[in-house]
Amino acid sequence: MATPQRLQINESASITVIHFKDQKIIDPVAIQELGQELFDLVEKEDRKKIVLNFANVEFLSSAALGKLITFEKKAKRIGAELILTNISPEIYQVFAITNLDKLFKIKDSEADALAVL
Amino acid sequence: MSSPTEQPARTLQASLPSSLSDYHAFIESVLEQLEELGWQRSDLFAVRMALEESISNAIRHGNKEDPAKRVAIECKLSPSRFWVQVTDEGAGFEPSAVPDCRCADRLEVPGGRGLTLMKAYMTSVRYNACGNCLTMEKVLPAPSG
Repeated sequence: MATPQRLQINESASITVIHFKDQKIIDPVAIQELGQELFDLVEKEDRKKIVLNFANVEFLSSAALGKLITFEKKAKRIGAELILTNISPEIYQVFAITNLDKLFKIKDSEADALAVL
Repeated sequence: MSSPTEQPARTLQASLPSSLSDYHAFIESVLEQLEELGWQRSDLFAVRMALEESISNAIRHGNKEDPAKRVAIECKLSPSRFWVQVTDEGAGFEPSAVPDCRCADRLEVPGGRGLTLMKAYMTSVRYNACGNCLTMEKVLPAPSG
């Protein structure tokens, strides 16, 4: 895989932990690149246990939510488990308003996610 | 009538190109001014969301990213009120025809969340008759005590 531009990816005991490099996920080019880097993890690299850590994320647009939803569908299609963690109260509210807190599995911390994967 | 301590509204206007990469500086200038007026982090998040979704909708769905078309924006800012009008040059749409993204059978549909987010974060959201002009307002509650 080429060096990711939008994601920091760490592999630990068969679990892939991903941090976002952008604090604000709003730029259409960045969202497109970020989406492709996520999709490659499940479509090309067959990662089956994935943690998306939002600690660095201060804002994201509905276009970014759309990419996350597509990623969730692709992950589900190959039987991968996906958990979102470290979501700030403001970002969590975005998920709650749109009912996406019911679509995604969300844990408070990376440790909580690693404990159930 | 405004209270003696209420500052008069500041007005910002812009005519933005139909490019999804060229409107964020305008949003930052609005947020900087609101911060100067004493707006807090959670309310600034709400205004950022409303501006991000309304302007990107106007460019993407209204003007269809046509470089010959512009998006006109006017904002009025005060310590307790944010008002914005976003007008595109598209044919408009019928807001009531937009499906509710929160329904269980639509949760996995990637698009269609902007309007729901704007309604959640703003005090009022209304379109003109043809749907190419959006007016939103956020009014902060009066401080207690």
